Amino acid sequence: MKFSLSWLKNYLETTASPGEIAETLTAIGLEVEEIEDKATALQNFIVAEIKTVEKHPNADKLNLLTVWTGKETLQIVCGAPNCKVGMKSVLALPGTIIPKFNEVLQKGNIRGVESQGMLCAEDELCLGDDHSGIIELQTEATAGTLFINILKPDVVFDITVTPNRGDCFGVKGIARDLAAAGIGKFKNTDTSLVKGTFKSPISVHITTPDCPVFVGRYIKGVKNKESPDWLKQKLLSVGLRPISALVDITNYFNIGECRPLHVFDADKLSGDITVRSAKNGEKIKTLDDKEYTLSENMIVVADDKNAQSIAGIMGGIETAVSKETTNVFLEAAYFNPISIAKTGRALNAESDSRTRFERGVDAMATIQGNENATQMILDLCGGEVSDLIIAGKEPDTKRIIDFDFNLVKKLCGIELNKSDSITTLENLGFIVNGSMITVPSWRYHDVSKPNDIVEEIIRIIGYDKLPAFPMKSNDIIISTLTPMQKREFAVRRALANVGLCQAITWSFMDSSLACFFNTKKIMLQNPIASDLNEMRPSLVPNLLSATKRNLDRGETNIQLFEIGPEFFGVQPGQQRIVACALRAGVTHNRHWNDTVRFVDCYDAKSDALTALMASNAPMNVQTYPQAPSWYHPGQSGSFNLGKNVLAYFGEIHPKILKLFGIKVPVVACEVYLENIPISKPKTKTQKPLKISNLMPLSRDFAFIIDTKIQAAELVSSIYSVDKELIKEVRVFDLYEGENLPIGKKSLTVEVVIQPFQKTLTDNEIESLSRRIIACVHKNTGAELRS
Amino acid sequence: MNETETLKKQILKKIEETLSLDELENIRISTLGKKGSLTEMMKTLGQLPQEERKLIGQSLNSIKIEISEAIETKKKFLEEKELETKVAAESIDISLPIRPLQQGRIHPVSQVMEEMLTIFAQMGFELAEGPDIEDDFHCFEALNFPKDHPARQMQATFFMKNGDNLILRTHTSPVQIRIMEEKQPPIKIVAPGRVYRCDYDMTHTPMFHQIEGLVIDKETNMGHLKGVLMNFMRVFFEVDNVPIRFRPSFFPFTEPSAEVDIGCSRENGEFKIESGKGWMEILGCGMVHPNVIKNCGLDPNEYQGFAFGFGLDRFAMLKYGIPDLRSFFDADTRWIKHYGFLPLDIPSITSGLSLNGGQKR
Repeated sequence: MKFSLSWLKNYLETTASPGEIAETLTAIGLEVEEIEDKATALQNFIVAEIKTVEKHPNADKLNLLTVWTGKETLQIVCGAPNCKVGMKSVLALPGTIIPKFNEVLQKGNIRGVESQGMLCAEDELCLGDDHSGIIELQTEATAGTLFINILKPDVVFDITVTPNRGDCFGVKGIARDLAAAGIGKFKNTDTSLVKGTFKSPISVHITTPDCPVFVGRYIKGVKNKESPDWLKQKLLSVGLRPISALVDITNYFNIGECRPLHVFDADKLSGDITVRSAKNGEKIKTLDDKEYTLSENMIVVADDKNAQSIAGIMGGIETAVSKETTNVFLEAAYFNPISIAKTGRALNAESDSRTRFERGVDAMATIQGNENATQMILDLCGGEVSDLIIAGKEPDTKRIIDFDFNLVKKLCGIELNKSDSITTLENLGFIVNGSMITVPSWRYHDVSKPNDIVEEIIRIIGYDKLPAFPMKSNDIIISTLTPMQKREFAVRRALANVGLCQAITWSFMDSSLACFFNTKKIMLQNPIASDLNEMRPSLVPNLLSATKRNLDRGETNIQLFEIGPEFFGVQPGQQRIVACALRAGVTHNRHWNDTVRFVDCYDAKSDALTALMASNAPMNVQTYPQAPSWYHPGQSGSFNLGKNVLAYFGEIHPKILKLFGIKVPVVACEVYLENIPISKPKTKTQKPLKISNLMPLSRDFAFIIDTKIQAAELVSSIYSVDKELIKEVRVFDLYEGENLPIGKKSLTVEVVIQPFQKTLTDNEIESLSRRIIACVHKNTGAELRS
Repeated sequence: MNETETLKKQILKKIEETLSLDELENIRISTLGKKGSLTEMMKTLGQLPQEERKLIGQSLNSIKIEISEAIETKKKFLEEKELETKVAAESIDISLPIRPLQQGRIHPVSQVMEEMLTIFAQMGFELAEGPDIEDDFHCFEALNFPKDHPARQMQATFFMKNGDNLILRTHTSPVQIRIMEEKQPPIKIVAPGRVYRCDYDMTHTPMFHQIEGLVIDKETNMGHLKGVLMNFMRVFFEVDNVPIRFRPSFFPFTEPSAEVDIGCSRENGEFKIESGKGWMEILGCGMVHPNVIKNCGLDPNEYQGFAFGFGLDRFAMLKYGIPDLRSFFDADTRWIKHYGFLPLDIPSITSGLSLNGGQKR
């Protein structure tokens, strides 16, 4: 909301500086975005009088002037065609900053002649677009006078008005707030009632509940002309284009007092006025030269034939006033804010009226609003006025709240003098009667609860006066994280610790890619882009897209992880937290002493294990050769506890990589953190360490076994032989190929045996070896390689 | 007698002259070995008369000891010399790079979130969470956003296609509602998370992060809110004096409401907390609106408290001088390696919030 200092002074007697006003506005909740202060930018420009004009000796198009500054005569080179002797213009002396260029003017030498200053055109001072010549001042002022004393530029404030403060969409409301905050005295400019001399030939009917009151008045014999300068200046200062006195008056009250108005050319209206619901498909051409198609949940102001305005939003062009207009019908009405907001949004029609109506104007100022505008029309355009027509009734929007003044201390912790609080409220227009507080009608939309009154008091007293207390500290909390949250934190650090870089990618993705990962589509109705239109069913695709981008930047080895939600349903809560790690390309850059290889399934398995370990997953997880369709069917698997899948890992399926345009191997794992049971150890005490004084010994076994049998089966068979003695089984060789029957592989393991009681005899070792071979054979069909 | 003396001299000379361990060993064998010259001479002792035998025997024995010692000394000397030569030949180029070391990173958003939680934990706030897809009730209605009020347009909302009134949460405030529905006061939580708004430019992304704070009990007031936030800013920005300004503002779910500015300057991308150089708005807060408390089934006459909310990403940008919000979600490994944090850089109160993990490689 923009307003100028002079406009503010219509409603506020004050000597405060623009700086003080701005500071106060921000402090009371009307945050100042910008102050436009031309006076500061133009403070060094002075009036100068041209004494002589001669041709420049070395340039046809330039003149050589002498100008009088009130103190001295200067020589100036000037190219403007309009310089003439005796003319007064605006002079910049060397050292002055020229606003248009934001540069300091230097003493110049133009084609061999010194120029001791510059006479300015309108555009150079940012006062307009005119560059056809230098400014010609029609002034009695003598040379040497400061230019700003003639221009008297206005200071313009631009403030953010929060949606609850409809009243501050009027300069009057802002003035009232400032007065309450001690910046001057509020002036009420309401006129007394204007007496009509005849009965309006047009009457008003209301057939919709969304318009409780419509106040109309017929004014005949007006002369619609250009507005006087003071009115034009006010509108211009806030960026509104003056049109004609009648239109400008409505704009003036809209901005000045948050009172939207409309004037119809009465001669163009047919019959009476009806405020009614629009008909479905009804069309109206409006003042902004657009045509809107209306529907029945919108309201219009219509004559006997057509809709003549979209109520509260925009007037129709058919009955608009023009310079020829002589009889007008003035509308001041109140419309339901919700109806206006819905209509405005549906039609995508912006207007100053809509902004005000949808935030709520003062319903009880409808009659007064019409009176004020009538008086100004009479003052500026003349004419004769009818009696007031009041259709409906001004709604009673005064609200009484039972208020306990102790609430200020209870809510804000500040001890205030009750009488100060009362004065503050009264200055804002509240009526205080003991504990009963009457909220002024212009604050009806905002102040409805005791808390609101507390805010009114402390925002005027100043938030800076509020005390700052420490939080009452409880005993130190053991942990503020739940076990699941701790797990997420631990996994994040653990994955970063194995070389993965944490990414955060969108929760949404391209549905044309999501279809390869989802079982159910969870679509956005209004995506920001067509490739961000579905909630991600897995973290893999977004990390694949990221991988592609990184590869395209020339990276050769990529290690990424993300911990975040994947979505499996549209209902709140149908999401699960997943830790997804991805490696692509080679393991690392080429190195003089370390072999580079492509990433493989076991890298992903390792990352999955890292996450499981960091999650305190139970040690008895099983591996299964099964994974979703985006993994390579032969090079992927899962970690399970029975049917409960804790994680998937493996190579990404080549067809998926092709889809993403990736040409290097990619492996990934997805760990479902919520599926991992939370272990609740009864004690923090560790199991006692059991060490043997006897030397461990190891034996190697090479087995020939079916290719399709997992090494893990063989290993667990060995463990099962003697849980006491067998400490570790290490797979250290895998061989497939020549010298082996088709469908067979050779697995070689080292079994570490740790005796506890006594050293094993050769016979005992021999017997253990035989049991191992027998057990492995029984469980897996493996034969010892001869 | 002379014979033995001469032999001794000869042998000692040989020992002294030799340069190799092998030769030394040969000398040992040829003198002290089973068939060595001294051994042979010892063997002849038996044929000598007793008197003579004793004398010569003694002298031979002492020669033997002398030679043994000489050999041992020389051996040590030669061994040392040999090792020296060997080691001298083994020098390598120590300027060659070390084997690849994989050093991952923590995303600045997670790091800053942990920093914040560390501070709030000191003040007794627990961590709460809520879903990304929300219903209208939790995201707006219960938070006192009237239907069709312009306040709803303050946040450009993503709507779900197949759900009635389901949306992506535009702020973390719905967690306030969920917590109050679930738990009896006293409540003291912070809730970080992803939030979504239909907006995309230099300073807006369709997804970003917020952290919400909520305290509900019977006496917490706006003075506590001010105290908590001032303390938080000081510790988070790791600056003793943070200029802070509280201004009245409007949020449907708080009353009174405030916006908080910090005094700072921004020159050449460097952000500095200081007074007198202008203000920057950084968060919104206020006393929880009685309607919100009522909507959660609590009695607003009995319970009160405050709430605050702010952008995590924005705080990360400010504290660590990260220029572009969009880059947060691009997963560019160059960016993550540069702006990310080391796995061991774990924020703590004992050792300080940042840079406890040393330098990045």
